[in-house]
Amino acid sequence: MLMTPEATVAAICEGFGHDRTRLLDILQSVQRQLGHVGEAAVDALAADLGIPRVDVAGVVSFYSFLSASPRGHIVIRLCDDVPDRMLGADQVGCGLVEELGIQFGETTADGLFTLEHASCIGMSDQAPAALFNDVVVPKLGPGAARRLVREIRQLPLEAVVSAAPGAPALRRLLVREYGDGQNAHDLVRSAVENNLRRAGEVIFADRAANAGLAKALAMSPAEVIRQVKTARLRGRGGAGFPTGMKWEFTRAAASDQRYLICNADEGEPGTFKDRVILTERPELLFEGMTIAGYAIGASRGLLYLRGEYAYLRDYLEDILARRRVAGLLGESISGKAGFDFDIRIQLGAGAYICGEETALISSCEGLRGDPKNRPPFPAQRGYLGKPTAVNNVETLCCVPRILEMGSGWFASIGSGKSTGTKLLSVSGDCTRRGVYEVPLGTRLAAVLEMCGAEDPLAVQVGGPSGQMVGAADFAREICFDDLATGGALVVFGAGRDPLEIASQYLAFFIHKSCGYCTPCRVGNVLLKERLDRILAGRGEAADLEYLSSLAGTVKTASRCGLGQTSPNPVLSTLRSFRSLYEARLKTPAEGRQAGFDFAARLAEAGRLAGRRPVDVVAGGEPR
Amino acid sequence: MTSPTIPLTVDGRRIEARPGQTILDAADEAGVYIPRLCWMKQLLPFGSCRVCTVRVNGRPQAACTQPVAPGMVIENDTAELRELRRDLIDMLFVEGNHFCMFCAKSGNCELQALAYRFGIAAPRYPFAFPQRSRDASHPAILIDRDRCVLCARCVRASRELDGKAVFGFEGRGPGKSIAVNAADGLGGTDAEASDHAVAACPTGSLMVKRIGFAVPVGERLFDQAPIGSKIESPAAEK
Repeated sequence: MLMTPEATVAAICEGFGHDRTRLLDILQSVQRQLGHVGEAAVDALAADLGIPRVDVAGVVSFYSFLSASPRGHIVIRLCDDVPDRMLGADQVGCGLVEELGIQFGETTADGLFTLEHASCIGMSDQAPAALFNDVVVPKLGPGAARRLVREIRQLPLEAVVSAAPGAPALRRLLVREYGDGQNAHDLVRSAVENNLRRAGEVIFADRAANAGLAKALAMSPAEVIRQVKTARLRGRGGAGFPTGMKWEFTRAAASDQRYLICNADEGEPGTFKDRVILTERPELLFEGMTIAGYAIGASRGLLYLRGEYAYLRDYLEDILARRRVAGLLGESISGKAGFDFDIRIQLGAGAYICGEETALISSCEGLRGDPKNRPPFPAQRGYLGKPTAVNNVETLCCVPRILEMGSGWFASIGSGKSTGTKLLSVSGDCTRRGVYEVPLGTRLAAVLEMCGAEDPLAVQVGGPSGQMVGAADFAREICFDDLATGGALVVFGAGRDPLEIASQYLAFFIHKSCGYCTPCRVGNVLLKERLDRILAGRGEAADLEYLSSLAGTVKTASRCGLGQTSPNPVLSTLRSFRSLYEARLKTPAEGRQAGFDFAARLAEAGRLAGRRPVDVVAGGEPR
Repeated sequence: MTSPTIPLTVDGRRIEARPGQTILDAADEAGVYIPRLCWMKQLLPFGSCRVCTVRVNGRPQAACTQPVAPGMVIENDTAELRELRRDLIDMLFVEGNHFCMFCAKSGNCELQALAYRFGIAAPRYPFAFPQRSRDASHPAILIDRDRCVLCARCVRASRELDGKAVFGFEGRGPGKSIAVNAADGLGGTDAEASDHAVAACPTGSLMVKRIGFAVPVGERLFDQAPIGSKIESPAAEK
């Protein structure tokens, strides 16, 4: 028997203890059971949780993976990130549109399929890729995509409708062959490949499990922090903040409760290294989180897992359960009286901005993923108003190694102020796409050599928010003091157009801006408009100054890291590929702006005035 | 006994702030106007419009959210920041549909007044001409989203001053818009024309119906003195 939306909502809210801070989980459960979060559900949620309905609707409308309107039983999300498009995602999209008979953003009349685009889903090394509900389908060609749709249509409806994502028959269709390593694990059963090309000395080295935790628990928390500081560990997510200092601030903030959050919302396009850690080194991550919890004095930890990686959730939950049984989580961990620590997985819902640490905290609190005003910093007042340390997956994985092997050992790897190794996610025009663990300080050219990039024209270092560099920069070092990166390297071969790519990256930022502050919400749209005008051959010399000035305003005035870096595709291509801009500029006719499209304006004016079209020659002059 | 004050400088001028104040509060008290739009006295600072961006020891910060600290060297009225603020005001103009010449809020509109203060005759950016909706379902209040600058003053005032939650936000990025706490429009909420939330709107996005153009041109708020004047010459206010 079908339950009413109200009854479904009531049962789900009961399961979460009517806790409004768990709204994101609650909404995901509602959507899983009802297919969408409609008005009746919104009203019921607002009443049950005691919050305004406008706040519930506001959260639903914020996250790409939540929907206020009914969607198909199978939501196909085709990744349209740059590396996917380089390998034919657009053709896959055309194939799906033809086969399904709908456009992107639409649902088939039978309610079976909804077709959408997704930003980077963390599969750039096996692009083009798509999500069919929670199931990742990598290396998808147009023919295979169409075949999958036809085969799903042959399935009995109950195989598709099942509330459990990726019901068995459906999964068998979508996953022909399991990927390597733990991708074949019983609780993962995914076609995703690790593509781990180079294991380094820190993350992917084979070392004893939980040795770091044992050493940490034999020390005082202050001593653990001292070790991390002596190792000079810095955040791996991109910002490079010294980890030990962050922990010290969090520990120093007076409070009855502190939180440790691991940021596994790996959303920077072209980044997929955390996916491989979560698949192959989850124990190391949870060990690192536990040590961090001990160091800062937290008894609760959260793993914020991006919604795109939902296929790893059961597997990770199982490992957490095993660690509880083994006494590595829970009360008096490893017999250490007074040290209680446990971890909850918070699943994200398709919002890049939630990779920003204060937006991530908002999201964990069941709010729209808006960044918060700083100060206060999370170390002072973070999750639920309590001191909180937010660390990247890779950062936390370095911690057990530092404790086990010693801070001196860690600091001896890398260069200068950049100690340890860095995981790089390499994709684009190269023969060996995948994850490379290299010592910090490795030259970009060496990585290009490793991955089989022949004669690259440009490399996007650090994803769209990073830098687009050309051959002149290939000798630079990947480290905090030179080419800093969260790990994404997208290689562009001869024949690619860096300006076209910059435009695609701007489209990404426009789509992902939370819209809270003016410069990011409006400025990125304006940047793209002018860049596209230049790409269309209607730019003039003054537009370059316009672009750099506007980019400067967005960078300076934006409230969080998204807007402070979103102009980088424009600024770095202006720096590295200025001649490509100049080659496209048009010299305006006497007394006229180059950007002024005479023919288009004339046609528009004629239409408004209700006149017949005037015959206009290609050059824009009336005949 | 008076509590110790915190010394800082704004454009080279030394001012004394009180602990717990934001830069903007302290500047106001000292008679230094830092342009702002989403900020409103009585409401918690929000930091969304970024018009109050200053440089603090060289770093850009929103003056409305940044607490004072001893020895801060603040840049406010510099050529760089004037340009930056002008850019932001321009952005708010082109993002929406603002037709000042026949808007009943003209002369009392803070966005318009800022544009005048910054000498904006026409924006430097192309207009977006978005399609936005209006909501006339309430008997006494009109929402015109064409004029909304997403400052959240109505959202905050309704919650912080009226003890209601009439307004909120929907969507994100350029698609973000003001929303109301009912499925069937403002008329379905407990909003009243006398709510602080309605008066809080800096533009003509929230208007009380049937009161338009009540004050003659020449006597409207910003006809009398440019925005910020009262802060710069508090004597005139008294």
